[in-house]
Amino acid sequence: MASSANGTETHEETPPQPAGIVERLARDDVDRKRFLKMAGSAGAASFGAFVLAACGSSSSSSKSTTAASTATSVSSSAGGDIAILNYALTLEYLESEFYSKVIAAKLFSGKVGELLQTFGSQEDSHVVALKAAVMKLGGTPAENPKGKFPIKSATQVAQLAYTVENLGAAAYLGQAAKIQSPEVLASALAIHTVEARHAATLGTLVKKSVTPQGAFATPADMSSVLAAVKPFLP
Amino acid sequence: MTTQEIANPELAATEVHGITRSSFILRGALAAGALYGTASVAPFVSQAFAATGGGDVEILNFALTLEYLEADFYNVKGRQVGLSGEARKYARVFGAEEAAHVSALSAAIKQLGGKPVAKPTFVFPATDEKSFLALASVLENTGVGAYNGAGPSLKSKEVLASAGSIVQIEARHAAAIDLLIGKSPTPNEGFDKPLSKAEVLAAAGPLIKK
Repeated sequence: MASSANGTETHEETPPQPAGIVERLARDDVDRKRFLKMAGSAGAASFGAFVLAACGSSSSSSKSTTAASTATSVSSSAGGDIAILNYALTLEYLESEFYSKVIAAKLFSGKVGELLQTFGSQEDSHVVALKAAVMKLGGTPAENPKGKFPIKSATQVAQLAYTVENLGAAAYLGQAAKIQSPEVLASALAIHTVEARHAATLGTLVKKSVTPQGAFATPADMSSVLAAVKPFLP
Repeated sequence: MTTQEIANPELAATEVHGITRSSFILRGALAAGALYGTASVAPFVSQAFAATGGGDVEILNFALTLEYLEADFYNVKGRQVGLSGEARKYARVFGAEEAAHVSALSAAIKQLGGKPVAKPTFVFPATDEKSFLALASVLENTGVGAYNGAGPSLKSKEVLASAGSIVQIEARHAAAIDLLIGKSPTPNEGFDKPLSKAEVLAAAGPLIKK
């Protein structure tokens, strides 16, 4: 996609500041591989331990606590699904916010701009669907964490988008086997592959592999993902 | 999707076990048929997908057949057609990844005590890079829908996790191919459509030699 990549070359790259884990992962392939390996091997904890771990790893986030308390107020299997859906909802809120900031910054035009706009509205549709699903299960949807993102240059934004979408895809994959309801699972799978399509598209844009993990995508568990997005929470 | 959008009336009349013609993949299959000519849309043969006794093993064997198909498509047909540039690069990388899926699924089937199906013989109606990529798009998008459709039926959580790990790759392939040929990388918008076994057969069946 040489023509798409042109969109990123209109702005000079600002050297990224050494900030959160996501940016480090974005820059460093080795670091990312180690991270994903670590994320993939963590697990086997009971659901309760999962949520507690998630809360512990993001001390500034009251959203995980909301999800956890919601989870305890309803039946255990629906509660698990509600917490997973609220976790996904939180990530979708972040993605949606990210794209709206990117679009507002007008860093991209033409085909690339259109694609990013499309992806943004698809993240919006995920937010709507996940909120509805949480309510249908009798839960309370997590609040919009109102993420903040560094928007510096087209190149930096495209790179960050690639990282965020890969993380999103890994996050859904990490939950698939934990979902109880077949309906919730079907919805999560339908969203999961769209995140993957976004990630691959952005891969072509930043001239990185569309399949950075090879033939088998690596899952990421809840606590790792929440730690990774922590720099983007207010 | 109405039938008038389908170029070939003979294809429009193709009956496929009562599946709605509005389904994405059938549309893809019919479009492919219209492109390659009616002759390539042979009556599909569901017995080509061996039914081995139900459950996860059957689903995995179904997936294995699709992976055989994709691997052969990239690794054999891709070479015959003669690809260049990005198409060639994708065919090489994706072909290796589909082959890895074949190995993983075969191993998983054996682990569950099943017998992996034999590799069928495939007929791919692609003659040049353009028709090859058009078919690649149909196959990859079918793969995504097939795994997403089968996912909730899987009993083993381990198998589900593996299938998820594979379908994410199919989705990445689909997006890359679609971008390359100027199509939307998200043909189903925000939610990928799960496909039933019959819908997948409608798309892939004609490519399996009887």
